[in-house]
Amino acid sequence: MTDIRSRGEDAAPLGELRIALEVSIPSDVRYIERVVEIVRSQCMAVLFAPRHCALNVPVALSEALSNAILYGNGEDPGKHVRVRAQVDDEQLVLEVADEGTGFDLEEETNDPTQLENIEREDGRGLFLMQQLMDRVERFDDHGNVIRLTLKRGA
Amino acid sequence: MSFSIKKQGDIVVVDVEGQLIVGNRQELKQKVLDELEKGEKKFLIDFSQTGYIDSSGLGVLVSLSKKIREQGGELRLANLNDDLKTLFELTKLDTLFQIADTRERALESF
Repeated sequence: MTDIRSRGEDAAPLGELRIALEVSIPSDVRYIERVVEIVRSQCMAVLFAPRHCALNVPVALSEALSNAILYGNGEDPGKHVRVRAQVDDEQLVLEVADEGTGFDLEEETNDPTQLENIEREDGRGLFLMQQLMDRVERFDDHGNVIRLTLKRGA
Repeated sequence: MSFSIKKQGDIVVVDVEGQLIVGNRQELKQKVLDELEKGEKKFLIDFSQTGYIDSSGLGVLVSLSKKIREQGGELRLANLNDDLKTLFELTKLDTLFQIADTRERALESF
């Protein structure tokens, strides 16, 4: 990928660069990796930190997508998951919408680092989203939506 | 994304190539369980060629670790890059697994 900053004085100012995209996928976990790759490449295009592109964004988005596919839509092939991504020089905002009835974010988030949970096979998804993103919100908008916000930071 | 398995002495070495996520975690689980069923006891999972791991991937590692221990075996992990190490630290799974910096050190630790 070309580094925008390496193009010298003729380079377009990064602050003016905004990317918005929308992807719709069937309720099938095999699509997750492809969607993550699309969003990750947009983060790289606006020079998000390498760690954000390699860890925070892929893992948090992967969690949101698998929750939407497995729990929100119950893997029903007739239902879809919609992903909206907006990236600019300040932040990345991701919205993952499914056709389910939603859930209570606080109630469903466990602390998997507690001794009694450490050997559990499940229960780390929402926790990881919250650890890896600056903000995680859930709301209803003709279905269940999770919004993940990551500030550009260092 | 795929998993390759080879034997090095009496140790089963698994390389995770690409991601370890909800879409392929069962494949890894089954491959390791097949070896465990054949009587293998020592397992090393090498992440030098791994991109990212999600919570289901971590869950499968926890599950395999338990099953291997139940059979009297041992599991080691090796070659986690800084991002993957952070993931294990955030979830405190670095306290559950024996993690070596290199494949060689992991092999020597059995």
